[in-house]
Amino acid sequence: MADENGSNLRQFKEGVLSNNPVLVQLLGMCPVLAVTNSVENALVMGMAATFVVVMSNLITSALRHHIKPHVRILIFTLTIATFVTIADLTLKAYMYQVSKQLGAFVPLIIVNCMIICRAEVVAIKNGVGRSLADAFGIGIGFTLALLILGVVREWLGSGTLTIPGLEPFHVMPAAFTENGHNWVIMILPPGAFLTLGVVVAISNQIRARHAKGGAA
Amino acid sequence: MSEAANVPESKPAPAKKKPDAGPEFLVSAAPHLSDSVTTRGIMFEVILAMLPLFVVALYMYRLNALILTVATVVGCLVAEAVANWMRGRSQASLADGSAIVTGMILAFSLPASINPYMAFIGGAVAIALAKAVFGGLGNNLFNPAMVGRAFLMICFPAAMVAFTPTAPMKVDLEARGVDAVTCATPLYQAAKYAEYVKKAAVDEANAEKYRRQANEIRAEMPGQWQLFVGNVGGCVGETSALAALIGGLFLVIRRVADWRQPVGVLAGVIAFAVIAKLVGGEGIQNPLYYLNSGALMFGAFFIATDYVGAPLTARGRWIFGVCVGVLVMLIRLFGAYPEGFMFAILIMNALTPLIERWTVAEPFGGHASA
Repeated sequence: MADENGSNLRQFKEGVLSNNPVLVQLLGMCPVLAVTNSVENALVMGMAATFVVVMSNLITSALRHHIKPHVRILIFTLTIATFVTIADLTLKAYMYQVSKQLGAFVPLIIVNCMIICRAEVVAIKNGVGRSLADAFGIGIGFTLALLILGVVREWLGSGTLTIPGLEPFHVMPAAFTENGHNWVIMILPPGAFLTLGVVVAISNQIRARHAKGGAA
Repeated sequence: MSEAANVPESKPAPAKKKPDAGPEFLVSAAPHLSDSVTTRGIMFEVILAMLPLFVVALYMYRLNALILTVATVVGCLVAEAVANWMRGRSQASLADGSAIVTGMILAFSLPASINPYMAFIGGAVAIALAKAVFGGLGNNLFNPAMVGRAFLMICFPAAMVAFTPTAPMKVDLEARGVDAVTCATPLYQAAKYAEYVKKAAVDEANAEKYRRQANEIRAEMPGQWQLFVGNVGGCVGETSALAALIGGLFLVIRRVADWRQPVGVLAGVIAFAVIAKLVGGEGIQNPLYYLNSGALMFGAFFIATDYVGAPLTARGRWIFGVCVGVLVMLIRLFGAYPEGFMFAILIMNALTPLIERWTVAEPFGGHASA
């Protein structure tokens, strides 16, 4: 069992770092690009996606012996849709403003390939423990990547950082936005692409250095 | 020109000769013919050709022009150095002058009042996002300076349209007791004039008012000579058609730049402006007005002649030039922006691969038929 735990931990770590869904696999780009214009949106989207991937992996893995192979995609989609609906309605009930800003992107988690990929690659073949470790790793990796983008884009674009439930925190002096020094492009779609590109480049650079260091 | 772009930045190191190994045969890829033209030499001549523009810019905007140019050039060089470091390349490309040219072109296409830190960011973005990520000099799809400018345009929209009067204009205004901070560009005035003339024609009830507004703008508009020497509001280095013409002719005579793109651009603009004048009537300015205002002369000689973004074939360069001219006029007359050189260049950069494929020269003796 010790070995099992070790591999679970590794699975978790892989999801966060070396197999990060956003920075390495480049999966689920739609919400990554669309809702990371503020920290709050990024965080809520990340948590919603984490919830869905954890629940979908849990259910799929628990039922894996009963799912017929030829209908598995249908089952995955139905499972994911169920939890996305729960997440969507919960957000609408408790965080209405954020939910309005996220708009269609919460329901769109259903078609997020990152989540169906975890069901297909891990949950259908492995036990509940491993599937859960994987789901948490992927979910947290996704949330972290979104947070990085959200922090950069909001910091440069609006000069603030908004944490859910608190007043927006002004990182830059008020003159930053008043004098038009804020990078408007950052809260617009091009800013998402540019930031993602730069962040992926930096992460590739770090991974390349790491791999070289490991080999030597 | 294409040969020049293909010249390697540094000559490959000669293979190590073993003693007594007899004659050595080197197998190397084309091009086998090369001459003494280097990237560095070309870039130096471009910088030389931009000096008249720089002198005019210094005269018109004084210290601001210098600070802006330094800021963008430093931004470009820093980005180039960081990109070289990240890719594990030597820092040799810093010395080839291409980053300096990009920085200067970008600086010349910014308003004088813009904050130097924004200019620095523009320079860094131009090199990092438009050149380095595509693989460095010669591999970029889009003109780096124009990408940097487009970035700044979206990033700092207010600062990018805040034009200030030139130094001679300020003296004149102070003599008249006017304390002006901002100043309309000739193309903005032309667009406003056309708008009011159109409104006067459509809205009969307020025709009198619109006509008066149109006439007010008409009175403020600069004369041809003023436009030609560049004593008008606008970006730092683009206002003076005269200086651009001097530098541009130098480039063309030295064969650093191909004459086809500038001639094509100017022809496209003149043709479009003449037709518009004939069809559109009163709201349209004299074709010369469009030729001498905005970034046109500067762009036609310094931006449209960029080796990398323009087609390699002669016919392709004609098409490129004329299309840029037509697009510039389309944007000026019908677009939301008063000036459209940047967009015209970026659009045509995107179409360049298509144009090249379309205009591949027929091999001597015709195509081999199956």
